[in-house]
Amino acid sequence: MDNPTTHGLEEELRACKQKIQNLLRENEQLEMEMQQMKDPKNSLSSNLIPNECERSMSGEVNSENRYSRLMALQKMGVVSDYTRIIQCSVVIIGIGGIGIVAAEMLSRCGIGELILIDHDSVELANMNRMFYRPEHSGMTKVEAAKQSLTIINSDVKVSGFNLDVTNLDNYDIILSLIQSDTPSRQRLVLCCVDNFSARMSINQLCLEARVPWLESGLSENAVSGHIQFIVPGVTACFACAPPLVVATGLEASLKKEGVCVASLPTTSAIIAGLLVQNALKYILRFGKCTEVLAYNSIQDFFSSYCLKPNPKCSFKLCLQRQEEVIKNSENCMSNNIFLPQQDESIQLEEVSKDNEWNIEVVEEVADEMRENETEVCELKDLTNEELNELLKIS
Amino acid sequence: MATSTSKVWDKQLVGSAPVMTINASPRDEKWPARLKEEYTSLIQYISKNKENGNDWFKIESDKEGKKWIGKCWHTQNYTKYEFSFEFSIPSAYPNSAPEILIPELEGKTAKMYKGGKICLTDHFYPLWARNTPKYGISHLLIFGLSPWIAVEIPDLLEKGLISK
Ligand SMILES: [Zn+2]
Repeated sequence: MDNPTTHGLEEELRACKQKIQNLLRENEQLEMEMQQMKDPKNSLSSNLIPNECERSMSGEVNSENRYSRLMALQKMGVVSDYTRIIQCSVVIIGIGGIGIVAAEMLSRCGIGELILIDHDSVELANMNRMFYRPEHSGMTKVEAAKQSLTIINSDVKVSGFNLDVTNLDNYDIILSLIQSDTPSRQRLVLCCVDNFSARMSINQLCLEARVPWLESGLSENAVSGHIQFIVPGVTACFACAPPLVVATGLEASLKKEGVCVASLPTTSAIIAGLLVQNALKYILRFGKCTEVLAYNSIQDFFSSYCLKPNPKCSFKLCLQRQEEVIKNSENCMSNNIFLPQQDESIQLEEVSKDNEWNIEVVEEVADEMRENETEVCELKDLTNEELNELLKIS
Repeated sequence: MATSTSKVWDKQLVGSAPVMTINASPRDEKWPARLKEEYTSLIQYISKNKENGNDWFKIESDKEGKKWIGKCWHTQNYTKYEFSFEFSIPSAYPNSAPEILIPELEGKTAKMYKGGKICLTDHFYPLWARNTPKYGISHLLIFGLSPWIAVEIPDLLEKGLISK
């Protein structure tokens, strides 16, 4: 058996290296900020560290104004105040096929701030999707994204963190990234990851931070996808409806053999478009947000429905948030963004009925538990350390 | 993989382990209690396997029960093949299952992700999701690691990719 302390040290070292990397990045940013303070006329550094307080958007129609077409939304009465977008920070977790396209769209829209989290590097195998270029190969996705997005729109403050969202050691860092530092700053999380575990971690983080988030995903065969708007306590959380996990598009995370899932630039971009459209509706307060929207390209079929929070959700924080929402339903955030229609709601029990899994073990296991009760009593008096020692020699 | 797994992997052979009653992640104050249930379940499961002559793994954790390492083995043609595995408890545990790594087999099988994470069958995640928070580490090993070993190791042996 490997020495557990060596193993632990290796892990610690890895975490430490990660922290150093992040600190270096922070250091780099702070240095640039300092430079900017000393020399505010230095256009290069002020471009890199834009200050949203100084940022403005003009509605003037001329070919030099990058926001004229966006400000036209205001003139046409679609949105009441487009500049609200400057006050918004969007955290994108996972910048692969969907996430990076969403990041580009939000950059072009002049979003206040983008915080990108991913722990992958760019590979040539990613070139069938949008944005990344062959010369980015080998770079971390966050580095490549930061570089290109800054060129596309230098008004947007972009920061990148090379972190694995499922890793417990990164939990506090990521929590601080998604939690709003200033109350005036609106915050939204976009989940663009490709696996179940990461979605569950994001669910936990957003429940804890009380931050609304949009989940997105593609089917393994690349022909369908979905988005889901989750507001802690108001809508179903990602774990409230486990059947949904299987029914609409989580196939992408339930990877099968061969490791390689299919992907298309089209489906990824369509889902990214739907995702950002709903993000914009939320940020700019127009239209009605969709709770769940599923797209099937084979039949060109869109389905949309609502999912109510599950009072028996396995996430304890979800139950807490549900209670909070009931308690102060009048000042509850964004309760009205969906205006859900009762008849569109799908009851959880109904969904679970058409879900047939092949493995049935629950009851059997429960019996086993009873059988073992006597033995449990003996182990009950031991401490965890003693139990771990016992386990080692078992 | 799903179909081939059901052919080779026999659940009866692997047995079952006591379930958990406490829903807590390592960030919860109730984690020590949950951890106690995890240890208890594993100890009981292992002792039962030994009784039935079907001992197939060893495991231990770090102090806080966040990182786990172990060895599992597969016997074929009177030869015992042993592999080290490891995993960490993810932040959304027990709602999401840990991802098991067998680093020494990285690059030898397609049913593995970067870094040596094994690809679990498509039955595993729905099963876990449906049984959370009752399922724990014993169940991860029973329904995640054991079917993978049962299918992949004979295949790797046949291809001559692993030797004694
Ligand atoms: Zn929930």
